[in-house]
Amino acid sequence: MPQDFRLDNVGMVNREKKISFKFNGKKYFGFEGDTIASALIANGVHLVGRSFKYHRPRGFFGVGVDEPYAILQLDRNNERDPNIRATEQEIFEGLEVKSVNCWPSVNFDIGAINNFLKMFFPAGFYYKTFMWPPSFWYKIYEPFIRMAAGFGEASIKHDKERYEHKYEYCDLLITGSGPSGLASAYAAAKNGARVILAEDKPRFGGSLLTSDVNIGNQTGVEWTEKIIAELKSMPNVTVKNRSQVFGYYDHNMLVMSERISDHLPKTQKYLPKQRLWYIRANEVLISSGSIERPLVFGNNDTPGVMLSSAAKEYMKVYGVLVGKKPLIFTNNDSGYETAIEFKKNGVNPIILDTRSNPSSDIITEAKNLNIEIKFSHVVVAAKGYKKVKSADIAKISDDKKELFNIENIECDCICVSGFWTPSIHLASQSGNKSKFNEKIDAFVPDKSKQQENTIGSANGIFTLEETIKDAFDKGFDVSNKITEKNNKVSVPTVVEKKSTDHDKFWCVPLPKGKSYKRFLDFQNDVAVSDIELALREGFRSIEHVKRYTTLGMATDQGKTSNLNGLQLVSDIENKVVPQVGHTTFRPPYTPVSIGAIVGREVGKHSKPTRKSPMHSWHEKNNAVFVDAGVWLRPRYYKQGNEGLFEASKREAKNVRQNVGVCDVTTLGKIDVKGPDAAEFLNRVYTNAWLKLPVGKARYGVMLREDGIVMDDGTTTRISENHYHMTTTTAQAANVLSHLEYYLQLVWPELNVNVVSTTEQWAGAAIAGPNSRKLLMKLFPNLDVSNEGLPFMGYKEADLFGVPAKIYRISFSGELAYEINVESDSGYFMWEKIMEVGKEFQIQPYGTEALSTLRIEMGHVAGSELDGRTIPYDASLEGLVSKKKDFIGKRSLNRSAFTSTDREKLVGVVPIDKTTSIPEGSYIVKDPKAKLPNPKLGHVSASCWSVEYDNPFSLAIIKDGKNMIGQKLFAMSPLKNKTIPVEIVSSHYVDPEGKRVRS
Amino acid sequence: MLYINCPHCGLRSQNEFAYGGDATVKRPELNKEISDQEWDNFVYLRKSPRGKHLELWHHISGCRQWIKVERDTSTHEIFKTYKANEAIE
Repeated sequence: MPQDFRLDNVGMVNREKKISFKFNGKKYFGFEGDTIASALIANGVHLVGRSFKYHRPRGFFGVGVDEPYAILQLDRNNERDPNIRATEQEIFEGLEVKSVNCWPSVNFDIGAINNFLKMFFPAGFYYKTFMWPPSFWYKIYEPFIRMAAGFGEASIKHDKERYEHKYEYCDLLITGSGPSGLASAYAAAKNGARVILAEDKPRFGGSLLTSDVNIGNQTGVEWTEKIIAELKSMPNVTVKNRSQVFGYYDHNMLVMSERISDHLPKTQKYLPKQRLWYIRANEVLISSGSIERPLVFGNNDTPGVMLSSAAKEYMKVYGVLVGKKPLIFTNNDSGYETAIEFKKNGVNPIILDTRSNPSSDIITEAKNLNIEIKFSHVVVAAKGYKKVKSADIAKISDDKKELFNIENIECDCICVSGFWTPSIHLASQSGNKSKFNEKIDAFVPDKSKQQENTIGSANGIFTLEETIKDAFDKGFDVSNKITEKNNKVSVPTVVEKKSTDHDKFWCVPLPKGKSYKRFLDFQNDVAVSDIELALREGFRSIEHVKRYTTLGMATDQGKTSNLNGLQLVSDIENKVVPQVGHTTFRPPYTPVSIGAIVGREVGKHSKPTRKSPMHSWHEKNNAVFVDAGVWLRPRYYKQGNEGLFEASKREAKNVRQNVGVCDVTTLGKIDVKGPDAAEFLNRVYTNAWLKLPVGKARYGVMLREDGIVMDDGTTTRISENHYHMTTTTAQAANVLSHLEYYLQLVWPELNVNVVSTTEQWAGAAIAGPNSRKLLMKLFPNLDVSNEGLPFMGYKEADLFGVPAKIYRISFSGELAYEINVESDSGYFMWEKIMEVGKEFQIQPYGTEALSTLRIEMGHVAGSELDGRTIPYDASLEGLVSKKKDFIGKRSLNRSAFTSTDREKLVGVVPIDKTTSIPEGSYIVKDPKAKLPNPKLGHVSASCWSVEYDNPFSLAIIKDGKNMIGQKLFAMSPLKNKTIPVEIVSSHYVDPEGKRVRS
Repeated sequence: MLYINCPHCGLRSQNEFAYGGDATVKRPELNKEISDQEWDNFVYLRKSPRGKHLELWHHISGCRQWIKVERDTSTHEIFKTYKANEAIE
C-alpha cells in the first residue's frame, strides 16, 4: 500500500530505511523513526480502536504521552504487551500490533451497540445497575464486567525479557529536553554540576522540533543538536532519551523508566528491555512542558479530530499529513502555526477562530498566505462515523451562548486547540500545592515543596524568550548553590513570533433540538452530560465527581480531560476553577510496565538463596530440599521409590536405633563477648546465667517485653568473656536486632558486643545411641566418656587436622553431639562423619525426621512458640527464674498470664492408633455440638512416632495439665475429619530424659 | 524513599534501615517495683503524633546501630538524627 499521506522531503524519519509491520494482521510500511501512529496515518489509517464504554470508533488524538485513544496490544517474540500507546511506540521490522476493546474486528464491532444504548449507560451506571439481586453478582455481573473491562489482555506466560534497576545520584535532574530543559542543563553543566537530562521521546528538543523560531542565529532544531552534542561530550552530564521520569517521591527521589530495546526488532542479548532508574537528585528542574487542551463540541471524539499541535508534529517530525482537507478550530494563536504548516505543504486549511477580532504577527502571516479564516466561528459537531467527513460549523454570539448560520462544510480532519495546560504532575507529586493562573486558565506550581523548581511552559511561561532566559538563570542559580563555581554562560538571542491572548471559551453549546455527545474524557467516555448528571445527583467534591463519572481515571490519567472537566463543574456550580480545585496527581505520570518495577527480582532472584557448605553433598545424595526462610535444607534423602513419609520414618528410626547426622548449619549463631556478657545473658534469658561455668552449655528461653516467648536455643560459655549463642533458623536476624537494641539503647553501660557468626560455622548434629562410638573414632585423642564430655558439655578438638567445636546438646532426645567447624571445612567434616560412621549404620536425616524426633520427645519449636505462647503454655515454666529480673518478666504477672486454666502443651494420640491427625485440627469435647463448636485448643504439630509406630501429635489445649487421660476429639473441618483421641503427656518418648544423659 | 542521615555513616537510603517505632519510650529499670499501669504504658502505649516525632531506626544493612530520627510524620521532613545515646535537643 503506498503511503498516500506521506510528504516528500519533510520530517526527520529515515527515508533510506523502509520498515514493514503488521496492524490487525495487515502489512504496512513506514520508515525508521516512525511511531505506529505516524506510520498508520501515512497509510491513511485512522480507525485503530473502540472506546471503552460505547465502543465508538477511535483514531489518534495526540502525538505523545497524552494519547487517550490509540492504545494497542503488541505481540513481540510470542509475548503480549498490552496498553501500548501507538503515538509512543516506534516501529521496527516485524512488529505486530492489534486493536483492543473490539470484537470481532475494529471495523465491525458488536459492542458498538452500546453506543445506541447510551441512555442506559449514564454516569454511575455500574453502581446503579449491578446492585440487585445480590445473588447475581458472582455468576452474572462480575463475569460480564470482567469481560467488558480493560484495554488489551496481559499474557499469562512468564515474561522472558530482562528488566533492570539502577540507582543514580546527581546534583541536578532535568525532566524534559524542550527549550527550558536544554537551556538549564547547559547552564548547569557549564557551571560544573552533575546533570541528568531525561527526555521521554526518542528525539530531543520538545517544542523546538516543531516551532518556527530562531535561537542564537540557529533554527530550533539546529540549536537543539548543538546543545545536545555538547552536553553528551561532557563527563558530568548524562543525557537520556526514551526515558520518562514518572514519579517524584520523598526526599528528592525520582523514578525514571528508560525504554532501552522496546523499539528494537528482537530481544537484544545483552540489553535489557527497560531499565528503572532510582535517582536521588540534590535539585530538580521540572521542564515537562505543556499539553494542548481540546475544545469541546458535538462528536468531538470522531477519528480525525485531534490536537492541532499533534497535526503539526506529524507534519514536521514525521512528514505525515493527518488530512488533506483540514479544519483548524482554535481559541488562540497556536492553531495558526498548524494552519501555516499545512499551507506550506500545499494543503488548504480553513481556520475557525472563536475570537471575534484578534491580531498578532502570526495571524497577519496566515492572512498573507491567503488562509481562509472565519472569526467568531465554532465547530458545532463533527460528522462521520469511522472518520470525519464534514463538520457543522456556526457563527457564535459574543457572549458565546447563541449559534447562528449553522452550515455543513466538508473536511477530513479537525485540528483543535483550546490553549495549553502545563504538565504540573511532577511538581504536584513532590507536594507542591499548585495555584490557578487566570491568564492561562490553568494550574501552575506554587511554592517549591522539595528541592524542585518548574521552568518553561510547565510553569505557564509560553514565550520562548522568557523561557530561555529563565531556564538559563535557574540552571545557573541551582547549580551554583552546589558547585559555587560562578561560571555563567551568556543567554542567546531569541527570535519568535509574538502571540496574543487566548479566548477563555472552551465548550460549544448544543444547538436547539440536538443532543450530540460532547466528550471530556476520551478514554473513559465521559461526556458533558455525565458530569451534569453527577452534579444533579448531588456530587459536589471534585474527587467524588471524578470517581463517580470516572473522569480522568483512565490510563492517560486525564492529561487532556482534567481542566475541561474542572471548567465544566465550575460553570455549573457558578464557581471559578480554583474554588473547585483539582484532583490529586499521583505517580506514575505514564503507565509503567510491571516488569520494570519488578526488575531482576523474579523467580530465584526475588530473594537470596542460602545454602550450607554441605549443600552439594546433599544434592549428590538425593536430598529433597525444603525452603526454611531463605535457606534450602534437605527435607529427606530419597532412597529408591520412597516418598516423604517412608523416607523420614526410616531416617528417624535410624537415629533412635543407630546414629544419624543432620545439617544444622542454618541455626542462627551469635557471638556474645565482653566482661558483662554473663550479666547481659542473665537479663535476656528467663533462666539464670551468672553461674554457668566455662565449657558448659545451657538451654535458654527469651521473651519479648509483653511476656510472649520470642526464641529459644542453647548458649555455650566458650571462655570467661565469650559466649556462643544459637537461635532458631527463622528468628536469627530478629534476635540479633533485639540484642543490639538492648545493648545500644537500654543498657549501654554493659560492656558487651554481639555479632552474627551464622555464616562462619558449619554444623552437623550427630544423634543416636551409636553417636559416642562414632565420636570416639572421629576424635581419638579426646575423652568423650559421659564424665569427660557430659550432657551440656563443650570441648574443642581436632577433626583430622581441622579445628572443631563439640557441643553435647540434643534436639532429638537421643544421646547427641553437635560438631561445628569453620564453614570452609564443612564439606570435609560431613564426608568424614559419613565415612567413619559407616560401621555404625549412620544415615543422614532431613528436617522431616528432625521434626518427628522432636515432636515425640515433646520438644517445642516454631509451631508451639508461635508468637502467642508464654513459657507456661509451652511447658517451659521451669526455666523462668523467680529470683532475677529479665526482659518480659513483669508481663508474666498479668492476670491472663497467671490464670490456671491457660492453654498448655499436651500430647495427642488417636484412639485407633492409625489415623494421623491433621495439623491445625481443633480439640473438642463433643464433635456433634452446635457450631461454633467450643474449642479446647489446637493441634500444633503431628508426626508418625517411630518409637511406638503410631501417629502422635502435640497440641496446646485449655487446662492441658488436668486433661491428661481424657478422651476427646480432633476435628479438622478442612480435611473433613473427626478423630477420637486420647490426651497424653507431651513427653511421649523417654519422659525422664535418660537417653540424652546416657 | 526517605534519605536518612545516619550519624555514623552519613546519608543513606531508607531501604538500608528498619523502622523501630517511638524513641521517647524509656524502659523501666530492672528490679524496680512499678504499677501495672506503668508497665502497660511502657509495653503497649506508643505516641503516633501528626507532625514532629522522635523515632528509632536501625541501620540494619549498614553499621547496625540503632539511631534516633526526628521526623515529621506528615511531611517526612527529617530535622535531625542522633546516635543512640546522644542527648536530644
